[in-house]
Amino acid sequence: MMKTDFRREPLYIAILAGLLILGFFLPSWLRFLLQTAMAGGLVAVGVSLQMRAGLVNFGQGLYYALGGYAVGMLAAQAGITDIFLLLIAAVVVSTVAGVILGLLLSRYREIFYAMLSLAVSMILYGLLVKAAWLGSTDGFNIPSLSYLGWTPSRAVRPDVYYITTAILTVLACLATARYLTSGAGMLCEAVAENEIRLEYLGANPRKVAFIVIVVAAALSGLGGGLLAMSTGHVDPLMTNWTTSGGFVFVALLAGRGSTIAPMIGFFLLELVRNYALDLAPNAWQMILGAVMLMVILLLPEGLWSLVERRRKA
Amino acid sequence: MSDPILVTENLEKRFGGVVAASEISLSLYPGETVAVIGSNGAGKTTFVNMVTGYLKPSSGTIRFRGRDITGSSPRKTAQAGIRRSFQISQIFPQLTALENMMMAEIAAADGKGGLRATALTDTRMKTGRAVLDRFGLSQHADARVGTLPQGVKKQLDIAMAAIDDPALILLDEPTSGVSVDEKIEMMERVIEPLKADDATLLFIEHDMDIVTRFAERTVAFYEGKILSDGPTAEVLADTEVRRYVIGGVHA
Amino acid sequence: MLKFTAIMLDGMNYAAWLFLVAVGLTLIYGVMRILNIAHGAFYAIGAYVCASALGVFYAAGLPGALAFAVMGVVALVAGVIVGLAVERGVLRFLYGRDEVLMVLVTYALFLILEDAVKLIWGVESYFVYQPYAYFGFIEINGLPYQVYDLMIVALAIVLGIALWFWLERSRMGRMTTAVVADREISAAMGINVTRIFATTFAIGTVFAVIGGVVTAPKISVTPGIGAEVIILAFAVVVVGGLGSIPGAAIGALFAGYARAMSVHLAPAYELFAIYAVMAVVLAIRPHGLFARASGRKI
Repeated sequence: MMKTDFRREPLYIAILAGLLILGFFLPSWLRFLLQTAMAGGLVAVGVSLQMRAGLVNFGQGLYYALGGYAVGMLAAQAGITDIFLLLIAAVVVSTVAGVILGLLLSRYREIFYAMLSLAVSMILYGLLVKAAWLGSTDGFNIPSLSYLGWTPSRAVRPDVYYITTAILTVLACLATARYLTSGAGMLCEAVAENEIRLEYLGANPRKVAFIVIVVAAALSGLGGGLLAMSTGHVDPLMTNWTTSGGFVFVALLAGRGSTIAPMIGFFLLELVRNYALDLAPNAWQMILGAVMLMVILLLPEGLWSLVERRRKA
Repeated sequence: MSDPILVTENLEKRFGGVVAASEISLSLYPGETVAVIGSNGAGKTTFVNMVTGYLKPSSGTIRFRGRDITGSSPRKTAQAGIRRSFQISQIFPQLTALENMMMAEIAAADGKGGLRATALTDTRMKTGRAVLDRFGLSQHADARVGTLPQGVKKQLDIAMAAIDDPALILLDEPTSGVSVDEKIEMMERVIEPLKADDATLLFIEHDMDIVTRFAERTVAFYEGKILSDGPTAEVLADTEVRRYVIGGVHA
Repeated sequence: MLKFTAIMLDGMNYAAWLFLVAVGLTLIYGVMRILNIAHGAFYAIGAYVCASALGVFYAAGLPGALAFAVMGVVALVAGVIVGLAVERGVLRFLYGRDEVLMVLVTYALFLILEDAVKLIWGVESYFVYQPYAYFGFIEINGLPYQVYDLMIVALAIVLGIALWFWLERSRMGRMTTAVVADREISAAMGINVTRIFATTFAIGTVFAVIGGVVTAPKISVTPGIGAEVIILAFAVVVVGGLGSIPGAAIGALFAGYARAMSVHLAPAYELFAIYAVMAVVLAIRPHGLFARASGRKI
């Protein structure tokens, strides 16, 4: 049997879809948390995908921010408020960035990739912070958005945005599952394990790495766009190392077993953070760090491995 | 005799002042099984490395099936139809044997644009199992290969090299690290499926029993040059080969 | 002419600072193969401990000259304690594990230490400018130049040479070089690799702490200085080649002068100067200037 049979993914994604449908009826603050968690969850999935190939991206927030700012800038400054156009733009912008950075960074592995990805994301951070016309550290707000001409009224807006996020999230997960069962997706693990073998079989490990970087960028850009839409606001923190660290944390914790694992993981993270920031605002990172250490020491395959072990038993 | 499948002409490899190999001219014919012998540093692995693209020859040419592949990358030579196994088996340690075979198949398909298609199919798993079966590795299909014994790892390495029916397979010391009583059995288990595909086989070996038993032709290397090249029995009886390579009387 | 002098001096200052901040990182990686992201937190701890110690010192009305002795002692003590605590307490259980895993571990430690600093010292800024002003300034080509900055440059040079000497000449230093070359064979030859690791990590930490200690009098000590520094240290170490101490020195010089030139000639691009250098170097030598040649894998 395959260690992880990604052909089973659509089943898990169906579970996720079910959860999101139920989520529609949650109290509004919790549903909003779920909504923003889906956006961030997509980024965590992107980090998780790259991790399978041995690439730890400590700066995935770069694409998250690019997607968000693309939506924000087009809406607030170019007056384009159509959601479809905006989200397509978010994905296009982040994918282009992914292609450029992928070409530059796909030769690097392991710690080099980690360092360079962190550095690049902080360059963007510095740029955004210095850009007074983009609101500097405060960022800026986004006007209300429309759907092919129809602007939802205030009352319906939260529902409409939630449904949009839920549908697009599920579609993105399905696309990811398709990617994972493709040759490029499957070879990621082989790249992490033994690039030499791949080359001597006629494959191109660098191409495999490039593809996973671009796929992750696209997912993260969509996540950023969805976040911008949901919160009506963007700011440079999206690309800060603390935000990127959160995605790494979730990807590590969730393990590589399924695309929905990082999604659920990110939701739990946001939920816990919601309470922790009230109780102990200066200990949140410490808690994250401590949990990370414990997971590394005790469950190197992440928490999802517990699910897998029970299934095998 | 049909056209040679591999022709090297005056291959030479220098590393600064050190000449690792020189004047290597030889032709391999389809269906042959050739053994390459020589003491360590004689140039055997350098030769294999040049043919498989790991090293760029300092001078000389390599033609495979009529095409000049001198200096091609490992990837290009693999795509052309040359595969190899390694002294230290190059496998995917955290994956199962079945997954290793599937990865090998997908990788071999990369050269033909195989990355976009769905790769995780029942057909592929069936083919993978079939290959494992042919090489006597079925019982390890679901085991993480990193934990398997050395001999099994080498068999797997060779099985992966055989994916996609390559025309030329080079085995670098296939039985090194395998215990003496298991060597012959292991060679039989890999040679048989390889020969069944009518591939041309070249293997580097130190054990003369294996050489005698499995190779009809032997090439002896010494100090970077070919010392002798011909039918195995003749080469092994050659006085110079006995003096410089085998070392005197060999049982 | 004035601009030229300014660039020369600023470049030297910045290079010295970058070297102090980056050399510990590259040393630890070179010997232990661990990319220590917590390095940034060690720097921050150095700055905070210095600020606190000097706060107490000046409050007690002790003579200004002794402040420097205090700084030195503080750097050594804090560095050794923190370094050994982290190495013996966490890292030693994870030796031999995947390099990427170690990065995640040091990243987790960074998160923990950042908050520990916030919990101990709070989020307000600390100022302890007295040592910076103590020796006053001299004039070079009409430009005022703080003697303190000159002392930092001298310190960087002295420590750099001392480190090089230690690695080349002292017994433990040479054993450390052996471990860098091949850990297994060193152990097989009787070198106590555990002790080398602990010592190296302590030295690397002390360097990071020294960086923080000497910088404290020049800045307002706030949370976040650790994160800023680790990114810069990465850039220097990537340019110089991971594990190479001369590389760290050259990388620091390149980066320091790049920034100085940018600040005085093209201020808008200041942020990019260092990364531009990094990009150019990586384009020519993908693994840095003095990267270790990797051996044959097959």
